[in-house]
Amino acid sequence: MKAPIMKTLLAATVSMTLAMSAQAADTIKLGVAGAHSGDLASYGLPTVNAVKLVTDEVNAKGGIDGKQIELLIEDDVCKPEVATNTATKLVSEGADVVIGHICSGATKAALPIYTSADILVVSPSATSPELTQSGDYPNFARTIAADDVQAKTIVDFALDELGVSKIAIIHDKGDYGKGLAEFAQAYLQSKGIEEVLFEGVTPGAVDYSAIVRKIDRSDAEAVIYGGYHPEASKIVKQMRKKRMDTAFLSDDGVKDDTFIKVAGKDAEGVYATGPRDNTTNPVTIAAREAHKAAYGDDPGAFYDNAYAAALAVVAALENAGSTDLDALKKAMQENTVDTPVGTISFAENGDAVGVGFTMYQVKDGAYVQAK
Amino acid sequence: MDYFVELFFSGLTRGSIYALIALGYTMVYGIIGLINFAHGEIYMIGAFTSFVVASVLSIMGLPLLAIIVLAGLAAAIWASAYGYTIEKIAYKPLRNAPRLSPLISAIGMSIFLQNYVLLAQTSNFLPFPELIPDFEFLEPIAHIIGTTDIVILLTTAVSMIALLILIKFTRMGKAMRATAQDKTMARLVGINVDRVISNTFIVGSALAAIGGMLIASHVGQINFYIGFIAGIKAFTAAVLGGIGSIPGAVLGGFILGLTESFATGYVSSDYEDVFAFSLLVLILLFKPAGLLGKSSIEKV
Repeated sequence: MKAPIMKTLLAATVSMTLAMSAQAADTIKLGVAGAHSGDLASYGLPTVNAVKLVTDEVNAKGGIDGKQIELLIEDDVCKPEVATNTATKLVSEGADVVIGHICSGATKAALPIYTSADILVVSPSATSPELTQSGDYPNFARTIAADDVQAKTIVDFALDELGVSKIAIIHDKGDYGKGLAEFAQAYLQSKGIEEVLFEGVTPGAVDYSAIVRKIDRSDAEAVIYGGYHPEASKIVKQMRKKRMDTAFLSDDGVKDDTFIKVAGKDAEGVYATGPRDNTTNPVTIAAREAHKAAYGDDPGAFYDNAYAAALAVVAALENAGSTDLDALKKAMQENTVDTPVGTISFAENGDAVGVGFTMYQVKDGAYVQAK
Repeated sequence: MDYFVELFFSGLTRGSIYALIALGYTMVYGIIGLINFAHGEIYMIGAFTSFVVASVLSIMGLPLLAIIVLAGLAAAIWASAYGYTIEKIAYKPLRNAPRLSPLISAIGMSIFLQNYVLLAQTSNFLPFPELIPDFEFLEPIAHIIGTTDIVILLTTAVSMIALLILIKFTRMGKAMRATAQDKTMARLVGINVDRVISNTFIVGSALAAIGGMLIASHVGQINFYIGFIAGIKAFTAAVLGGIGSIPGAVLGGFILGLTESFATGYVSSDYEDVFAFSLLVLILLFKPAGLLGKSSIEKV
């Protein structure tokens, strides 16, 4: 399976290199890097499709300031050690802007190479918070929310909308749940609030009444839970059994209809964050239909984010009128773009403003947007 | 003080859940010296059976009490059939094999049953109906102990006493004790050893199935994997109390449940397993046969 894909890619790269030399400098070179083969190819290939669709449309309309966009597609198989080679290759081929990489690890490995070459990199899917927050990569932007955005959304909602100050943070000791709980804790402390309880529970245990009692005793007004729905529904059920009406806030691992089905009437009033709903956004519908028309099936993972990244890059190139990094960044921060993930612009650190999570609440057996 | 009482009762509930399942482990071990790792799966199958039956009956609009009784009966019978069949398929042919063989066979059976239910039913969590209603008169102490907790506690106590009576005072119990002491000798005096072993599996499986129904109703959800963790904890409880001893299994269950509950309450739930298993190691260091187990000389 691997070999044919590699061969096709190689062929594509070679043909593109030939095309490049033929067309000389009259094109804008857009690198597309990510996993295009191997285990994680399903994360990377939708991005290639999205970028192709957007650039084909731009090129058909005469390009940007008369320049056609030319794609340089490179595979990094989501491996950091390969990603550095991919980046070096793209830089030496003269890429002006890069869309990618897909995985956080590979992105982090490749970024210093682009940074030293002053090339703008826009990732559709790398969610590691430090990529934007460390300040080490001024040339980096992304069209997906960072991992800690969800925790911030939950904490902000608890503090501002629910007006609580005593918060217990519970997690399931897993990568996802504990990570979220730790982000929530750090963010809460940065606001000068100490949580009343921070503990992990064992997933799959037969009974959570001891921890539920501990929450009760801590006088918490709200519980923030990091983890998935099976434990969340057990904890919520036992809280209600103990006649506690403490607010329960959780993450998109709980924003699942199974949670409502299993927790039944006890699910009512539970808050959970989830990605913004874009299914009625005309840009999203158009992007997905374009994919269906071109490839005959529904788009895969991160397609919307990748489509948004491509649109943002095209808009920035048009507004800036050059491929200079500072001009591009300025254009991205000053202008908004309508994309499949919503109307977005970019913050100073490269995170997209307008992409992210929103709070849902269970009402009458369904999740509805809270507020 | 209130907090202590609350933690005590929550530990007691958890402990009786472990004890109900541990009884099956300890009975089988007492008779044929085998750790029946598929026992946790029997518990899970019991929970699934009662789920199906209770769902159907509640659609038919039967009163709650009838649903509990019929679902419990159906679960006990169905799970007993599984227990009986497992013994015949996986353990009986290996009765004279080295000790390790039936153990591996048991682990294989456990994995098989998990995946069988996964394929035949679903991998999703299913909402289990609340079979035990909240009694009005318990409302003032609902924050300390709920109706389900009381039902689980009582069921465990009743099961333990009934089992003790069965073993001490009935013909079948006498046959069981004889088989446990010496299989060959029991056979010589005319006891049908195979039937005694089958009976043990049937009784143990029925108990696990009823436990499965009660616990599923307590936590409100089931899936194909619930038997594994519950089984491991119950096995720990059985070893702690002295595997082979029936009061030992119940004592072990309570000690394990209370330790976990107090560890969560006074230290941190991050360490509940650490405390539980440290306690197991400590007890086994000083009493290698468990709290109530008889240390016997290995027959070679």
